[in-house]
Amino acid sequence: MKSHASSTLLEVRDLEVSFQGIETVTVLSGISFSIRESETLALVGETGCGKSVVAHTIMHLLPPESRVKGAVEFKGKNLLGLNEKEMTKIRGKEIAIIFQDPSLALNPVYSIGHQLAEPLRVHQKEKKKAALSRAAIALKCMSFENFSECINYYPSWCSGGMNQRFLIAASTMLNPALLIADEPSKGLDKKCVAELETELKKLKVERKTSLLLISHDLGFVQRLANRIAVMYAGEIIELADSSSVFEKPLHPYTRGLLNSLPEKGFIPIPGFSPPLNSPPLGCRFHPRCPLREKYCIQVHPELKEIDGRAVRCFLYP
Amino acid sequence: MSQSACIEGSCMKEACVEENSEKRQEKPGFKLFGEVSFRSFRKHESSLALFNWISILLFTFFLFMAFFPSSLAPYAPEERFIPYEAPSGRHLLGTNDIGNDILSELVFGARISITVGFAAALISTLIGTVLGLCAGYFRGVLDELLMGFTDVVLVIPKIPLIIVLGAFLRPSIWILILVLGLLSWESTARVTRSKALQLREAGYVKSAQCMGFSPYHIMTSDIFPNIIHVLLPKFMLAIASAMISEASLSFLGLGDISLKSWGIMLSFAFFRGGFIRDMWWWYMPPGICITFCVLSIALVGFGLEAKEKEYSEEGANIS
Repeated sequence: MKSHASSTLLEVRDLEVSFQGIETVTVLSGISFSIRESETLALVGETGCGKSVVAHTIMHLLPPESRVKGAVEFKGKNLLGLNEKEMTKIRGKEIAIIFQDPSLALNPVYSIGHQLAEPLRVHQKEKKKAALSRAAIALKCMSFENFSECINYYPSWCSGGMNQRFLIAASTMLNPALLIADEPSKGLDKKCVAELETELKKLKVERKTSLLLISHDLGFVQRLANRIAVMYAGEIIELADSSSVFEKPLHPYTRGLLNSLPEKGFIPIPGFSPPLNSPPLGCRFHPRCPLREKYCIQVHPELKEIDGRAVRCFLYP
Repeated sequence: MSQSACIEGSCMKEACVEENSEKRQEKPGFKLFGEVSFRSFRKHESSLALFNWISILLFTFFLFMAFFPSSLAPYAPEERFIPYEAPSGRHLLGTNDIGNDILSELVFGARISITVGFAAALISTLIGTVLGLCAGYFRGVLDELLMGFTDVVLVIPKIPLIIVLGAFLRPSIWILILVLGLLSWESTARVTRSKALQLREAGYVKSAQCMGFSPYHIMTSDIFPNIIHVLLPKFMLAIASAMISEASLSFLGLGDISLKSWGIMLSFAFFRGGFIRDMWWWYMPPGICITFCVLSIALVGFGLEAKEKEYSEEGANIS
């Protein structure tokens, strides 16, 4: 990666994750990216290409059967070397995460206020009343008008969009430097997604939080991200600024992805993404690529940098 | 490799199809059954509710007996009258070999029997919950160790061991409580572990981990409140079984003679001529009391368990 003016917050280098079972499945290979302060990086790609595994690796949430190689550096510290106890201090305070299904991510037996106040009471040892009043302020920031009422609500009373915003409020309670959003727009309708978008934008502008956005909603990503990393079958195949990805996509897969958008003609990419236990030889996209050559089938391309953007394709020497 | 995977996949697909078809076949039959037996089911349900109410009433009556014995008993339990007297207006259940009023003894015995039951159940539920939570939440080596230990405790024959222990240690109510509590926590531990295993994968536990909460905090404030509804019926059933064990041990003469529980009353009636003289008013009442008290507690426990099942079914329907 090129060195930039603002300092790097999170750097992932040559990350390789495999799950060991009857046969070893390599889910991620050679993942490298970095997030600068108050920047938003989006990971996009099809289902099952390993986007969520990246998030879980950063947070140490992988099951015990997984093997991780490479380095994840956060503020100069290698997170992969930390033990569970040291990681607990980073989670929530420094890095927070929002999960896919907001209604399941809130404990059904506690009120919203209790759950929002919990991180403050645990990490900063605040008194219950003070924590609750700060929870109310956080809800007000999340544009809840009846925030004093909302505090006494239970998750089952609220809609998915409301729960999502509660969750963002809870995750950002401690002002984390990095927020990972794992498919935050999944299962929400258009209006909720728009609300979510404004909240995340506000977060970026007001608190200078860095954001790792994982999504397959390209429109959502376009409006929020500074840079976009496109993933395919466990690899990053293109990494570039948001505008250049959407205006001038380089990799055939990215082009296909953009062409499959409704506003660009709804043209699907033929074929299916390969199973990760037996990825094709050569370029992993070659079975579906309209522009494949003979050597694409045999030789695996490397991620190459061309004027500030990176792409994994032989078309761009 | 890919081929074998492919074959496996197709096999699985077939299996799925088969399962689905089975389900489809089952469904209409199930529905019909549901429609036909709906009325009887309703009836069954209402009688269950009636049972629950009766058991709750009985249970509160016994609790009242345990808390305020002097308001129900006509005399103090140590007061002496003419021995071996048959039931009469003065002594509703007659007197025993040393002239104590049996009704008063019975009422004062409730407190001891129920205390033993509650304390033993409390100990066993506490141990079972803690071990089950740790095993289910941490998994791995700790889980293997704790569950192995649980299996070992599970195969120990309870009553013989308690008899041996009771014989070696000085018979006292506290020893009895400890022994009963320390030997009956395995099933609670197993249930708690399986619930904890299930809940540790829940979204809110994951997000609690991501908020940087300690395992202790997650176990006590995220997992525990969600398994109370399973533990409560377990606790009630543990009380019932502890009371029965206490009665049988006391009957064998391993109880604390200075604190007369119902089991000890039975034992006295047996060894001091109550059975030979056919004094039903001596040996029947404590037996009946034990039976009804245990029955009422067990029924309350079953009622709670049924409620829990209802909730979980409702939850399954929603999600």
